[in-house]
Amino acid sequence: MKILVPVKRVVDYNVKVRVKADGTGVETAGVKMSMNPFDEIAIEEAVRLKEKGVATEIVAISIGVAACSETIRTALAMGADRGVLVETDMAVEPIAVAKMLKALVEKEQPQLVILGKQAIDDDMSATGQMLAALLGWPQGTFASKVAVENGGITVTREVDGGLETVALTLPAVVTTDLRLNEPRYASLPNIRKARKKPIETMKPADLGVDPTPRLTVLRVTEPPKRRAGQKVGSVAELVMKLRTEAKVI
Amino acid sequence: MSDILDAIEQFLARDVVMHVHGLEKADAYPAEIVERMKALGLFGATIAPEYGGLGLPCGQYAQIVERIARVWMSLTGIFNSHLIMAAIVGRHGTDAQKHEFLPRFAVGELRGGLALTEPDCGTDLQAIRMTAKRDSDDYVINGTKTWISNGIYGQCFALLVKTDLSAQPRHQGMSMFLAEKGPGFTVGRKLEKLGYKGIDSAELIFDDYRIPADRLIGGVEGFGLKHALSGLELGRINVAARGVGVAQAALDESVKYAQLRKTFGKPIAQHQAIQLKLADMATRTEAARLLVGRAADFYDRGIRCDMEAGMAKLFATEAAMENSAEALRVHGGYGYSTDFPVERFYRDAPLLVIGEGTNEMQRIIIARQLIERSPV
Repeated sequence: MKILVPVKRVVDYNVKVRVKADGTGVETAGVKMSMNPFDEIAIEEAVRLKEKGVATEIVAISIGVAACSETIRTALAMGADRGVLVETDMAVEPIAVAKMLKALVEKEQPQLVILGKQAIDDDMSATGQMLAALLGWPQGTFASKVAVENGGITVTREVDGGLETVALTLPAVVTTDLRLNEPRYASLPNIRKARKKPIETMKPADLGVDPTPRLTVLRVTEPPKRRAGQKVGSVAELVMKLRTEAKVI
Repeated sequence: MSDILDAIEQFLARDVVMHVHGLEKADAYPAEIVERMKALGLFGATIAPEYGGLGLPCGQYAQIVERIARVWMSLTGIFNSHLIMAAIVGRHGTDAQKHEFLPRFAVGELRGGLALTEPDCGTDLQAIRMTAKRDSDDYVINGTKTWISNGIYGQCFALLVKTDLSAQPRHQGMSMFLAEKGPGFTVGRKLEKLGYKGIDSAELIFDDYRIPADRLIGGVEGFGLKHALSGLELGRINVAARGVGVAQAALDESVKYAQLRKTFGKPIAQHQAIQLKLADMATRTEAARLLVGRAADFYDRGIRCDMEAGMAKLFATEAAMENSAEALRVHGGYGYSTDFPVERFYRDAPLLVIGEGTNEMQRIIIARQLIERSPV
């Protein structure tokens, strides 16, 4: 079975993000970029399925600027077999990504697409669901456990208040939650080998998709600074302050 | 290269940083981290790809050493001397030795280092007393080595011995063997140290240790000192890179702390006395890094670089000494506390100015080369 894993290039999770001076977005110039951590979990799951003999090929896809090829190389070093870069300088939104992925699914004919549940830059958590809807495939989102058996896939989902297990027929879309696995990091020899693995490059137009944004960013601002707390001397004072100052009781 | 350094940073962030304080305090060998280092492929970093290594040039390797030393210098000792042993086999070993040992070195299955120093001599290597006497197809080795990194947990050592005690000049009677642990080869005591905790520095005792003659590196007696010295350029660049790492770590901690600690109503980073220190620390670190890069570049191009490696070793390790002392001052009382890492830098740095050829020796090498290269 072939597995497609989309991977997104985002500001590294260790970096303290800064708002651009003109308020149009987040500063990315000279900032360390890495693979979205949830996508690392997706790659890891795909590699584990390949190691179990369930998957035969893993294709890592990234959509964005040319430097996204570095993110694909990371996926290749972790164990993906080949990469596809859809190159565009536009800021792509989930619906455009989902449409491009749909076109790639039709071309590649995988049995499974595993995505991160969300990217840590905009936290949209939309692409996987949109892709499943566009393809008309079943979806198992926020997966904390995945088992492929008897031609189907069982996905344990992390939902409010507990775990939900769903059985999906293949082909299917799965999105990964934090606890699905702990991704390996690539060994130095595998990083070397990944440099020789193939990456196919194309443009959104090759997939028949216009990635022009539909949303307009009005302004990006820093969250307000937390104000210092207050210490109260007694319960009575606390109740008084909650009533008169905070006005919550 | 950035992808390889990224992988190193990831390894340090996930598997090392949180363990350093505890392992350092307990002076405990980082067995689990070593397993991760094996999986990462670090033990084959400079070994040729045909033997399963990465074949990284010295310049790239030095950057890896620096990154790791920034987090915990002790870890670099676990693979530095191992790779010098591998470099000696790669350069001077017989084909059979290369095929037998290098693949096992590259995956970290067989680890070890250099065994040169003895209780009565270090810098003056020609004064060693360990003997190897030929006995049919074997040699029989007797003597003691000391200060051997990886001595307890390593299994194989490039061992410098005397095969002819009467040879003149003395170095013609010196040879080097690849000695694996076995009957007659025992570990003496673990040496207690000021710093460089976690890594096993030990005494190795050879009592009628029998070793097959085909373990003589290069297969010919009399080249032991040459083999040992050939590893020293790489060794010195290694140690210099560690110096840059420690100097950078001391600077990073100081830059951070100086912005957090307030005196007289403002962060101490706004006081000129602290600013002067930070500026000197940063300049020293950058200069040291450039010297290491230059020496490594010479090494990679096959140009003789004992002077350049000596300069890098001298300057970078002194930078580590000075920066760690300055970091202690910037941190004030907290610098003296074992809760902060700067006291560790202060204890680790002195090893660098003593080990791998003292800095006094480096100055002599530099001066001799200056004169040799510019005769009047």
